[in-house]
Amino acid sequence: MSDTDKNLSWGPHDIGGQTAGPVDRAEHDTAYWEWQIDAMLRLTMQKGLLGDFAELRDGIERLDPDDYENLSYYERWSKSLAAALLAKGVVTQQALQDRVAMIRQRQAEQ
Amino acid sequence: MTTPRYAVGQRVRITDRTPPVHHRVPTYAKGKTGIIERVCGMHGQPERFVPGDGKPFRRLYRVRIPQSELWHAYEGAPGDKLDIEIFEHWLEPAK
Repeated sequence: MSDTDKNLSWGPHDIGGQTAGPVDRAEHDTAYWEWQIDAMLRLTMQKGLLGDFAELRDGIERLDPDDYENLSYYERWSKSLAAALLAKGVVTQQALQDRVAMIRQRQAEQ
Repeated sequence: MTTPRYAVGQRVRITDRTPPVHHRVPTYAKGKTGIIERVCGMHGQPERFVPGDGKPFRRLYRVRIPQSELWHAYEGAPGDKLDIEIFEHWLEPAK
């Protein structure tokens, strides 16, 4: 349905009523890294580093629209979580980059 | 706890504004009118979790809106409706 007279939306998620393709109903198993991201979010909330799911959502809604469109569910979580932890100084950009480089190298060696 | 500003059955309008922070009102429902279906208690405000703790808690309502009010060219059954949860500070009385 594309007959809404509204076009001023807040973020790339706010698309209710816009013309869209069919819903992808394919099921997939949760990958190990996805469980890890889930666990990481719950830990950061338990430790008071992230206040509420609303904060994670806010970060997701601030993603680049192309990222929002193309990233998977837990990829969006990772990006939002990383942005929040960087903003709060819990992790440094350098530490995050080092870790990403380490994981990429490990994957390349596999 | 304060008394609810709106009673079940009362007509309300969802305000049409877009704060630049996560909020739980979709664009398609902004400015639309419905009736209070039920009062859902006090909850943290989504807008006040970023950053913050959601306080002060606000009263949440379930608002019932006819689909034909949401979509100009709605082609479903005439009685179709949307029940959507909206906080008190997003509502204003409607005729």
